[in-house]
Amino acid sequence: MAQAAGVDPKRMSFGEFGTAFVFAALAFFSIIVSAKAHTPEYAFHAFLFAAGSAAALFTIVNRYFERPAEPVPLKRDGKPVYNMAPVQFATVAAMFWGIAGFVAGLLAALQLAFPVLNLDLPWLSFGRIRPLHTSAVIFAFGGNVLLASSFYVVQRTSRARLAGDIAPWFVVLGYNFFIVIAATGYLLGITQSKEYAEPEWYADLWLTVVWVTYLLVYLGTLMRREEPHIYVANWFFLAFILTIAVLHVGNNAAIPVSVFSPKSYVVWSGVQDAMVQWWYGHNAVGFFLTAGFLGIMYYFIPKRAERPIYSYRLSIVHFWSLIFLYIWAGPHHLHYTALPDWAQTLGMTFSIMLWMPSWGGMINGVMTLSGAWDKLRTDPVLRMMVVSVAFYGMATFEGPLMSIKAVNSLSHYTDWTIGHVHSGALGWVGYISFGAIYCLVPWLWNRPLYSLRLVNWHFWISTIGIVLYISAMWVSGILQGLMWRAYNNLGFLEYSFIETVEAMHPFYVIRALGGALFLAGALLMAWNLWKTIVTNEAETAVAAEQQAAAVAAQ
Amino acid sequence: MSLWSKHAPFERNSIILVIGVLIVIAIGGLVEIVPLFYLRSTIEKVDGVRPYAPLELAGRNIYVREGCYNCHSQMIRPLRDEVERYGHYSLAAESMYDRPFQWGSKRTGPDLARVGGKYSDDWHRDHFNAPKSVVPGTVMPAYPWLAQTDLDFAHISDDLKVQAALGVPYTREMIASAALDVRIQATTDHPDAAALAQRYSKAQARDFDGDPRRITEADALIAYLQMLGTQIDFKLYDHKANIR
Repeated sequence: MAQAAGVDPKRMSFGEFGTAFVFAALAFFSIIVSAKAHTPEYAFHAFLFAAGSAAALFTIVNRYFERPAEPVPLKRDGKPVYNMAPVQFATVAAMFWGIAGFVAGLLAALQLAFPVLNLDLPWLSFGRIRPLHTSAVIFAFGGNVLLASSFYVVQRTSRARLAGDIAPWFVVLGYNFFIVIAATGYLLGITQSKEYAEPEWYADLWLTVVWVTYLLVYLGTLMRREEPHIYVANWFFLAFILTIAVLHVGNNAAIPVSVFSPKSYVVWSGVQDAMVQWWYGHNAVGFFLTAGFLGIMYYFIPKRAERPIYSYRLSIVHFWSLIFLYIWAGPHHLHYTALPDWAQTLGMTFSIMLWMPSWGGMINGVMTLSGAWDKLRTDPVLRMMVVSVAFYGMATFEGPLMSIKAVNSLSHYTDWTIGHVHSGALGWVGYISFGAIYCLVPWLWNRPLYSLRLVNWHFWISTIGIVLYISAMWVSGILQGLMWRAYNNLGFLEYSFIETVEAMHPFYVIRALGGALFLAGALLMAWNLWKTIVTNEAETAVAAEQQAAAVAAQ
Repeated sequence: MSLWSKHAPFERNSIILVIGVLIVIAIGGLVEIVPLFYLRSTIEKVDGVRPYAPLELAGRNIYVREGCYNCHSQMIRPLRDEVERYGHYSLAAESMYDRPFQWGSKRTGPDLARVGGKYSDDWHRDHFNAPKSVVPGTVMPAYPWLAQTDLDFAHISDDLKVQAALGVPYTREMIASAALDVRIQATTDHPDAAALAQRYSKAQARDFDGDPRRITEADALIAYLQMLGTQIDFKLYDHKANIR
């Protein structure tokens, strides 16, 4: 390093200096907040911010000393030099958080079947575990899958290196730091209790900074592209990033009680807060769990099937109609509530219309296999992704059905909703993510997958798990809905509330079993990926031969 | 040249694509959200609805902290069975001071919008300590720490101040006496009970958790639950009064 200084003047870039300075200031500020915090839980979070900032500061400076004077070139020998290390990190993080989120979900399911498992401990009680589960699977697992796949896809389809030097790492690491703050916050009782938007004001502020950086990195990379056209997957990723930014800021607008307090009050109240919340909440489904993962579908299915997308024009119609219609659907979470009827009716109408673009997208995904259907038999990864699109079609048929007010009067407040969400979450989001990760790990680490047979096992074990899960919830949801409204022949309500709770027990046990199978499949996957990454290439070549032989033998 | 070729600008220019997306996603949200702030029919005017007294607000914050919304709704729909099971359907006015709203979306447990006055304080205390002791078939977790933890209300006046800044009609007097009001409301026969009742109409003041020596989180949470849904007198409520 010292000798390099003479020959080749190495200078800290503006970005390096700027981020180092900001992190130094943030570390200092966090220490002050930690010392004056109103609650020990908040002091702990301020301490995490201080420690994280100090670690970031150290890493940036250390990286400066270790790097060569010249920045990494955008191209070498006419080929783009991709930045895949952040993608690798997000892929591993996705698998880690996935397992964590499934474990939390299994615990929550078991707590409903066997309440003794709450253990009378504050941080293990259902009211804190359930948000931990939902956030871990949606934002930690799903979010890291989206970060990994979007950063991969935008580079490959643009034939350009990811924009920014520190920025992509800030996005990936900063996002995972947000997850740590959110998750520990729930367990410690720091929550806004707005569904799927539970993190408090300071975590929300942090996420806003991370998210805007994400948008800038993404746009910057698109602007560097060599291809004249922006590939369709990127439209969906871009719509997802933009809309989530708008929703997040709108729904989390809040005033903290003090900078030394974790508590804040949202600026909206009552009926307006309800509308803003479900404008956010349903579009967390529409843009985070749908548009983003459709981006994955539009890249990974054609790539894996080695077929072009079925219809380019259908994808144009799919894109604009989906993002236009989804935004309206929120009020179907508020049927028959104190929200004005006109808003409920709008929400229902647009939810039903949403069926069309959803199925347009499903057709575009599934029909991409035209001419390659035989691969469903031989490639369990592709099968997983195609089945995921089938689950997408099923969930997006059930959703409009449940948004009809008459149906909703029965289904709302029951487990039917939980079953519906999980056919989308486990089937669609889970399987398309697993498929993408099974593709990404071999591509990123440049070696074949350790075992396709394990993927097959994963597929079947988790499929049985999903079927058990959603059918148990259909039965329990419809049963409870009917019990609540049952009258005896004297005109009195037939069942007390607690009788309807007791009737749920067998279905809660079956649901937990389904969740356990889904978790078991994910553990097989993690082991498979681990073996893929650590196995050296000579061994994998042998394994691949054996697999080919096994497939041939079948 | 077909219409499809008109799509080319969106595919070739990322900024045009960004602007297109922002316009398309803005429409639905604006149409559904903005009118709720100016249409007077959104929240009908009803007598009796008042901001939360400080102890009730502290209790509500514990309700929020523990994530009760995961299993309990606070929104009775105008359906025959719900009205018979839980009471009069919920009015928008009843949650006008709720930040955040806690209407919920799942009833693993029953709706709580009108739970106030349905059970005794002792029942609530026993129920939090060991739910199965009063409801054998329940799947609700126990919350034994509520009655063991002193309520932290050192900064409660700041909470009122923030809410006042957001438009909740807390007066200067209410903010100044917030901590005192917590003590008054958590005490049976407090000498200043009349002052509290003047600031917050119909506020119930007593030792809620059965332990007069201290003010616990159970005091606050039970005070909150006991006032839920009790503000409006439905014998006097005229559901046609707001029809224009």
